[in-house]
Amino acid sequence: MVNENLVKDVVKEPYKYGFVTDIETEKIAKGLNEDIIRLISQKKEEPKYLLDFRLKAFKKWQKMKEPDWAGLGYKQIDYQDIIYYSAPKQKEKISSLDEVDPKLLETFDKLGIPLTEQKKLTNVAVDAVFDSVSIATTFREELAEHGVIFCSISEAVKNHSDLIEKYLGTVVPASDNYFAALNSAVFSDGSFVYIPKGVTCPMDLSSYFRINSGDSGQFERTLIIAEESSSVSYLEGCTAPMFDTNTLHAAVVELIALDDASIKYSTVQNWYAGDEEGVGGIFNFVTKRGKCLGKRSKISWSQVETGSAITWKYPSCLLLGEESVGEFYSVALTNNLQKADTGTKMVHIGPKTKSTIVSKGISAGNSINSYRGLVKMGTKAAGSRNYSQCDSMLIGDQASANTFPYIKSQQPNSEIEHEASTCRISEDQLFYLQSRGIEFEEAVSMMVSGFCRDVFNQLPLEFAAEADKLLALKLEGSVG
Amino acid sequence: MQSKMKESDPILEVENLSASTDNLPILKGVSITVYPGEIHAIMGRNGCGKSTLSKIIAGHPSYNITNGDIKFLGENINSLEPEERAQSGIFLGFQYPIEIPGVSNLEFLRVSTNARRKFLNKEELDTFDFEELVKEKLELVKMDNAFLSRSVNQGFSGGEKKRNEILQMALLEPKIAILDETDSGLDIDALRIVASGIKKIANTQTGIILITHYQRLLDEIKPNYVHVMSDGKIIKTGGSDLALELEKKGYEWTDNYIKQS
Repeated sequence: MVNENLVKDVVKEPYKYGFVTDIETEKIAKGLNEDIIRLISQKKEEPKYLLDFRLKAFKKWQKMKEPDWAGLGYKQIDYQDIIYYSAPKQKEKISSLDEVDPKLLETFDKLGIPLTEQKKLTNVAVDAVFDSVSIATTFREELAEHGVIFCSISEAVKNHSDLIEKYLGTVVPASDNYFAALNSAVFSDGSFVYIPKGVTCPMDLSSYFRINSGDSGQFERTLIIAEESSSVSYLEGCTAPMFDTNTLHAAVVELIALDDASIKYSTVQNWYAGDEEGVGGIFNFVTKRGKCLGKRSKISWSQVETGSAITWKYPSCLLLGEESVGEFYSVALTNNLQKADTGTKMVHIGPKTKSTIVSKGISAGNSINSYRGLVKMGTKAAGSRNYSQCDSMLIGDQASANTFPYIKSQQPNSEIEHEASTCRISEDQLFYLQSRGIEFEEAVSMMVSGFCRDVFNQLPLEFAAEADKLLALKLEGSVG
Repeated sequence: MQSKMKESDPILEVENLSASTDNLPILKGVSITVYPGEIHAIMGRNGCGKSTLSKIIAGHPSYNITNGDIKFLGENINSLEPEERAQSGIFLGFQYPIEIPGVSNLEFLRVSTNARRKFLNKEELDTFDFEELVKEKLELVKMDNAFLSRSVNQGFSGGEKKRNEILQMALLEPKIAILDETDSGLDIDALRIVASGIKKIANTQTGIILITHYQRLLDEIKPNYVHVMSDGKIIKTGGSDLALELEKKGYEWTDNYIKQS
C-alpha cells in the first residue's frame, strides 16, 4: 500500500548526534578482572570501603548468569572485550571551565548543551559526563548557597564520603541483578545530588551523558538524596556516536526520598540505535530505582526512550513510607530493528501508598516494543492503590507490541486497576487529516504526539518541548 | 439563470472517470461538471459508487483512476496528494467522520485552517486569533466551546460529528464542497442546523455536491441538478423535481430506466 511505504520513509530519520569527537583519551586495557577494578579505584583515589564494595560486587557478578528471560536475542556480549575506563586527557586538576579542553566544550555545544559561562542554559544546572568521567558541572556556587550539592559522583566520594558510604547500594544492592552487579564493580562516574532538609532546589538539575569511544562501556552511577521536606527535579539526556559495534551502557540510578520529600526524575534517552539493518547501536541495560523511605514522600519517573539498539530498563519505586507516592510515565518509540523492554515495578510496602503507571509504546519498522511491569501489594500495604494504563501504537505492519503486566497482592484491602489498549495509525485517520490540508508527515506526528500527550504533560517544560521535537524528528523525514 | 452562471469557468469537471480498488472496478465512466453557485445532488442505491466518487475527488489513496480526468479550476488534479487538493479548496464532508484520539479538535482545526490560509497567501493565525475566528463559526452550527477541547470526533454523537464537519467547511471556505451523506443519522433539528450552516457557507462563487439518499435534505437545500447513479455510472440527470420523482417511485424506477437504455 502506498501509504505504508510513506510511513516507513517518514520514520527514517538520520541520527543527528552520530559524530565522534577526536580527542586524546586515556584508556586502560580491555578486559575485566580484580586488577582492573583495583586500577579504576586507584585512578579515582577511592577510599577502601569503596574498593571493597567494588570487589564484593565483582565476586557476586562472577557467580551470576546473564539473564535471558526478556528474550531479546542479542549477540553474546564479550565482557573481556570491553574497556572499562576511558577518559579524555585533561590537566590533573581543573578549577574552572576555562581549563576544560575546548574540544569537549565544543562537543557539548554541538549536542545543544552549552557549558560555558556565556552560553550556559539559564534555568538548568548541568553535569556533563563524557565517556567515563564528568567534565563539568554548572551553577555549582549558586546551588551551594542553598546547600544543594550537585557534582560528579567521583567528587562526592572525595568530598562527601559519609553520604556515599551511608547510601550507595542501599536502593540497588550490588547483588540485585547481573548488570547492577557489573556496574557496582566498575562504575566510573555519574552524578550526585543532595538536597538538604526543607530546601526546594532553585533550578532543575540535569546530567548529560555522552558515549564517545566505540570500544568502551559506560557504567555511570547516579545517586540522589532528598532530605525531609525537600524537592528536586532532575533531567537526564543521552547520546552516542554511530559505530557498527554494540556499546554496552549499564547504569545504576538510586533515589532516596525522606519524609515529605519529592524527586522528579526525567529521562530523554537518545543513544544511537544502530542502522536500518540493526548493525551497531547501544545496549541500554539500566537499573533505576527509587526508595520512598519517608512518610508522604514522592518519586516520579518520566522517560522518553527513543534510542538504543536494545533498551532494558524498569525505573521502579519502593514505597515504604506511609502515604508515599510512586509515579511512572513513559513513552518508548522503537523503529527499524530496535527492541525495547521497559516498564516499572511499583512495590507497595507501607500503608496507604499510591502509584500511577502510564506507559505509551510506539513501534514502527520491524521493531519490538514491550511493556513489562510489576505491581506488588505487600502484607502491610493496607489502603494502597495503583492505577496502570498501558497503550501501544503500531506504525506499519511489521512492528510488534507486547504488554506483560504482573500483579501480586498480599493485601486484600488494596486496589489495583489496569487498563491496556493497542491501536494502529490507520489509513483512514491519515486520509482524514490530509483531506483537511494537513501534510502527511505532520499528520503522523500529530497523531503520535496526541497519543503521548498524557506523558508529555508530566515532563518539565524544558524537556516537554525537546521530547516532542525528538519524536517529531524520529518520525519526520523533512524536519531538522 | 443557469446560462448566466455558465459564463464563468467551471470549478470542477469530472470527465469520463473510471476507477477501481483492488482491481475491482467501482466507477465506470462518470462525468459531472460544477459551475460556481451550483448545487448538485447525487442519489443512488448503496454501493452504486457515490461515496467512492467523493473519495476519489478528494484523493483517497485506496483507489486507482483507470481512465478519465478530474479537473479543478481547469487544472488536472489526478495525481495531486489529498492535502494539496484540500489546500487548494476541495472539501470532503465525511459520511463517517474519523476519530483521532489525543489530538485536540481546536489544534486540528487550527492546523487545518492555517494550511488552507497559507495556500491562499493569507496570514496564518496564532492560537488567540484562531479562537476568535472559530467562535464565530461555531455559531453557524450551534456548537459550544466544549467541542474544541475534546479529541477530534472522539466520543461525539453522530449529529455532533456531522456538525463538526460543517464547522470545518466553514473554516476552510472551500471552492467546492462534496458532502457525503451529511444528512444520514441526523434528527430533524440537527438536519435543519446542518442545512442552514451549509446554506450560509455556500455562495455564488462556490460549488456544492450533496450525496444523499433522502429528499428531506433537498427540501432544505434545493439543488440545481439531480444525478442518479447506478453501478458506477450516472444514469439520469435532471432538475430538483427528479429527486421528488425518485422519492415517489423508488430506485426500481431507475432500474427499469437502465433496462430500457
